[in-house]
Amino acid sequence: MTTLNLEVDGQAVQVPGGSTVMDAAHKLGIYVPHFCWHNKLSIAANCRMCLVQVEKAPKPLPACATPASEGMKVWTHSAPAVEAQKGVMEFLLINHPLDCPICDQGGECQLQDLAVGYGASNSRYQEPKRVVFNKNLGPLISTDMTRCIHCTRCVRFGQEIAGVMELGMIGRGEHAEIITFVGRTVDSELSGNVIDLCPVGALTSKPFRYSARTWELARRRSVSPHDSLGSNLVVQTKNDRVMRVVPLENEAINECWLSDRDRFSYEGLNSEDRLTRPMLKRDGQWVETDWQAALEHVVREIRRIRERDGAEAIGALVSPHSTLEEMHLAQKFMRGLGSENIDYRLRQSDFSADGEREGAAWLGMSITEFAALDRVLVVGSFLRKDQPLLAHRLRQMGKKGAHFALVHSADDELLLKLAHKLIVAPSALPRALAEIAAAAATAAGVAVPAALAAVEPSPGAREIAAALASGTRRGVFLGSFADWHPRASQLHALAAAIAEFTGAKLGFFTEAANSVGGTVAGAYPRKSGLHAAAMLADPRKAYLLLQTDPELDSADPARTRAALAAAEFVVALSPFQSAGAAHAHVLLPVAPFTETAGTYINCEGRAQAFNGVVPPLGQTRPAWKVLRVLGSLLGLPGFDYDSIEAVRNELPSADEIGDWLSNATHVPIEAPMAPDEANGLERVADVPIYATDPLVRRATSLQKTRDAKAPAARMSAATLGRLNLAEGAAVRVRQGGGEAMLTALLDPGVPEGCVRVAAAHPATRTLGPMFGPIAVEGV
Amino acid sequence: MNAPAEFFDYGPDSIIMAGLNGRNWRLADYVARGGYSALKKILAEKIPPANVIAEVKRSALRGRGGAGFPTGLKWSFMPQQYAGEKYLVCNSDEGEPGTFKDRDILRYNPHILFEGMAIAAYAMGCRRGYNYIHGEIWDGYERCEEALGEAYQAGYLGEDILGSGFSFHLHNHHGYGAYICGEETALLESLEGKKGLPRFKPPFPASFGLYGKPTTINNTETFAAVPWIINHGGEAFLELGRPNNGGTKIFSVSGDVERPGNYEVRLGTPFAKLLEMAGGVRGGRPLKACIPGGSSMPVLPGEIMLSIDMDYDSIAKAGSMLGSGAVIIMDDTRCMVRSLLRLSYFYFEESCGQCTPCREGTGWLWRIVDRIEHGAGKNEDLDVLLSVSDNIAGRTICALGDAAALPVKSFIKHFRAEFQHHIDHKRCLVPDYV
Repeated sequence: MTTLNLEVDGQAVQVPGGSTVMDAAHKLGIYVPHFCWHNKLSIAANCRMCLVQVEKAPKPLPACATPASEGMKVWTHSAPAVEAQKGVMEFLLINHPLDCPICDQGGECQLQDLAVGYGASNSRYQEPKRVVFNKNLGPLISTDMTRCIHCTRCVRFGQEIAGVMELGMIGRGEHAEIITFVGRTVDSELSGNVIDLCPVGALTSKPFRYSARTWELARRRSVSPHDSLGSNLVVQTKNDRVMRVVPLENEAINECWLSDRDRFSYEGLNSEDRLTRPMLKRDGQWVETDWQAALEHVVREIRRIRERDGAEAIGALVSPHSTLEEMHLAQKFMRGLGSENIDYRLRQSDFSADGEREGAAWLGMSITEFAALDRVLVVGSFLRKDQPLLAHRLRQMGKKGAHFALVHSADDELLLKLAHKLIVAPSALPRALAEIAAAAATAAGVAVPAALAAVEPSPGAREIAAALASGTRRGVFLGSFADWHPRASQLHALAAAIAEFTGAKLGFFTEAANSVGGTVAGAYPRKSGLHAAAMLADPRKAYLLLQTDPELDSADPARTRAALAAAEFVVALSPFQSAGAAHAHVLLPVAPFTETAGTYINCEGRAQAFNGVVPPLGQTRPAWKVLRVLGSLLGLPGFDYDSIEAVRNELPSADEIGDWLSNATHVPIEAPMAPDEANGLERVADVPIYATDPLVRRATSLQKTRDAKAPAARMSAATLGRLNLAEGAAVRVRQGGGEAMLTALLDPGVPEGCVRVAAAHPATRTLGPMFGPIAVEGV
Repeated sequence: MNAPAEFFDYGPDSIIMAGLNGRNWRLADYVARGGYSALKKILAEKIPPANVIAEVKRSALRGRGGAGFPTGLKWSFMPQQYAGEKYLVCNSDEGEPGTFKDRDILRYNPHILFEGMAIAAYAMGCRRGYNYIHGEIWDGYERCEEALGEAYQAGYLGEDILGSGFSFHLHNHHGYGAYICGEETALLESLEGKKGLPRFKPPFPASFGLYGKPTTINNTETFAAVPWIINHGGEAFLELGRPNNGGTKIFSVSGDVERPGNYEVRLGTPFAKLLEMAGGVRGGRPLKACIPGGSSMPVLPGEIMLSIDMDYDSIAKAGSMLGSGAVIIMDDTRCMVRSLLRLSYFYFEESCGQCTPCREGTGWLWRIVDRIEHGAGKNEDLDVLLSVSDNIAGRTICALGDAAALPVKSFIKHFRAEFQHHIDHKRCLVPDYV
């Protein structure tokens, strides 16, 4: 690559060929005023604020779009440059309402800031100002379109980052305005980023609207508790209350973006459902109590049951959204009691790989390395909804020529160009992978695993295998759906084989913020203990629930309900009253991620520690402290911590976590079962994006989005026809002894013979497992 | 569509419009006039493309759409060794107020355009071309479609033209009437099916044009001049005009003249002669002012106009530009404030709204002129108009900003007293002296 030597404001600078004047200025740390330019978006050069003086150019040129050239001399703050910049600023302000005192952007507004430097004190504009009607962009983004300066950042964000052009500019000249596509709302799972991108107050946060001024807010770093990316957050607080969440730029993780789930879930922190005092159930009634009484009650009950039925009569179900320290103390507590019955893998249904694995499933590479792959096979993932920002990374990789293939049970719109896809019923997923593995082995000239000898690869499977092998940086990834699958260990073994035959790396899009941490902390049964499903299939006498809505976070809500209902004693450590309230006997208010220090280990194995950003609400206490006291009260050894650092010292350090990561499996590949020709229906269950965990389920604005619509029974036209159902018909869905009343919807992306019914939602919590047979009948 | 006979008197020196009567637009008529001989000659003699470009360079043909860029030089910017598709585009999006010359070529002599494009495509190695026709001239589009069918039928376009191995596929494209789509990169966007927003340059179309491929865009009249150049040589074309201003130019004369219409004259013809061809100022009134190159160009007072010749360099020296060749004549009954108001409204209405100075500034200009015209002008308005114009001109992505600013500046420069009179007396100066 060529190097260009140029001079900006009298300082010499070298930039690579293809750089712009803006790049050169930035390299010198020179700020050129701008609005439309953004380093993650294409160059529009429409705001004209970055006009600079260039030697030999007869007129000022926009720094953002002017290519740097050898020997060029640029002045960004010379009299002609500033005159041009001031001229543009005047134009931007003439039709701007200048309503800063009532504008949420006030104090963090690029236009306001630059107007200080480049605007005049008085306006020469004496004519009427333009008024633009506001648009309804949905529950997350508030509009004041008169303030818009037409920089089109929001439009380009949709086209280039979110992958869907939900906003566009219509009209010409002064009548140009930003609108949504035919009056729809903005429904992208990344939509909130346009709030950050908007350089003025045209697009602001609807949940935050009029609730605080930016200068009143304290800013604290944190880490997102939702998906496994571990997006870095700036949590903004006022009066000990979280008011807003914005991204903390981290190029290696979330860049400058946040998914809407990460951005708006904070509303759940301020939910009415927050538990503020310990509570005891007496004669079927909840009564508030103090910590002393609550803890003594818990200790008494646990001691009683352990003495009577043995420690193994007690089980712990831990949310994978809990912190590393919480998980560590939970497992230490259980093992201290003498029970191995602890698990964080609440939605998993196949545990046959336990003992056949070597470490924590992870991405298999850093996110940066992931972003440089050129061939990717994804197995079993609702990509956009499970991992919004990894899906965005894939979208950007696609622009650089990467090829993608998907093997899954739902053909959702991924806003990605898939070179190949195999959409099959969940029960047919192992077979689909077996075909790809066999094709890949044959293509690589290695022996086809004996168990797959009889497998005849379909042309589609051959194409996927060939395409994967054709790249130079290849990856095979298993999503959460594959992880929850009843034959997950086979899917893993087959994916590992495909990766081996094609020279790809194997990775997991791990489910939750601390799925990796769950394994590192040992929050799963190592030896004889019962895993999550076994603890419910073979009910325990007592349960400890940590940070979970047990039914909604479970692989089988019906079975979970039955097991908890039958238990003698259930203690729920939760920030929310309704979590576990139906089954618990004691509710202990513990801190959500903003009110405690903790650590999450993201999918790439990066441990990110954070501190609480506000004091715990009411009598809430950090869960690690509650577990510490419980351990001490029960006389368990090693619970005399005096700080969270003391807890952390027992855990692997950030540098040591790499030793704990492994995607290797010793599970032997089995011959895939023949397709089930029975006429039964099979369930395809997704966990909707705003139903993944207790916090997001209580975020009110997110719950008003299209993505949070109540689950339906979605199936293909043929399946609808076979069941004699019309689209929109009310249906009774029965499964696992429970039933739910839903609406039948046509969804061509659901495989034949399958019914897609979302899990983790109150409307479907009465149903059984996320996989397997399901019955649907019209009513 | 068939106009009275006198309408077709384009002048004795016509080469593009020579021999037209409004009905002889068909292929057979064109061939009878010697049409397609230049293309045949090139293909038969296998003249190297570089020689064709050299001939066009020698002719000093300059772009007839408004900018006056040397055509041969523009053609030489096209990468010769480019592996992929290269495109040729004809800008028939004639929207400049006062300009109506390309419309006549499209209606009455479409084959000369096709022949010129085929030659250009040959010279630059383009296999595909588009003729982007202004949205408001539907009849011209229909005529071109019919003529295009004839040309394909006769083998002058399409695959393996006249058995030469050279292929050129031409398509007519009907625009939607936006002025901005006459700007070449907005035209490309529109042709691609997007909103007509000009692109920032660089990259220029010769490296990143239609669908991101090397593209050359010329005006209709420019292409129409090419067959004559090939038939008679670049030198002969140059000699029709003046050095650096080769050939003839069609001027669309409109406004206060006896016989408005298109006149094809040699470049360098005195303005007085052109005015005389158009029958002089209506009713023999004095010539107050003239916009010599379409509404985007600066206005010049009558006395200056009467002393200059009609070629690129002479008009530029006088302080305006030849532009598209639209000569707008204004006699002494014209109010310059009202005239400017009309022009300012046009640019306000046609601004694409993409970049700040033009989106915001054109409306500001129009509103001030509107106030002055309607008796609400203030003393500081003229200075604000000039300053706002300065802040628009040269600060925008495309030339529409300049086009909006130049009339304002020139009207005030030459007729400031008239504007001041409006401001001082809240009414027009014209009735007092007419």
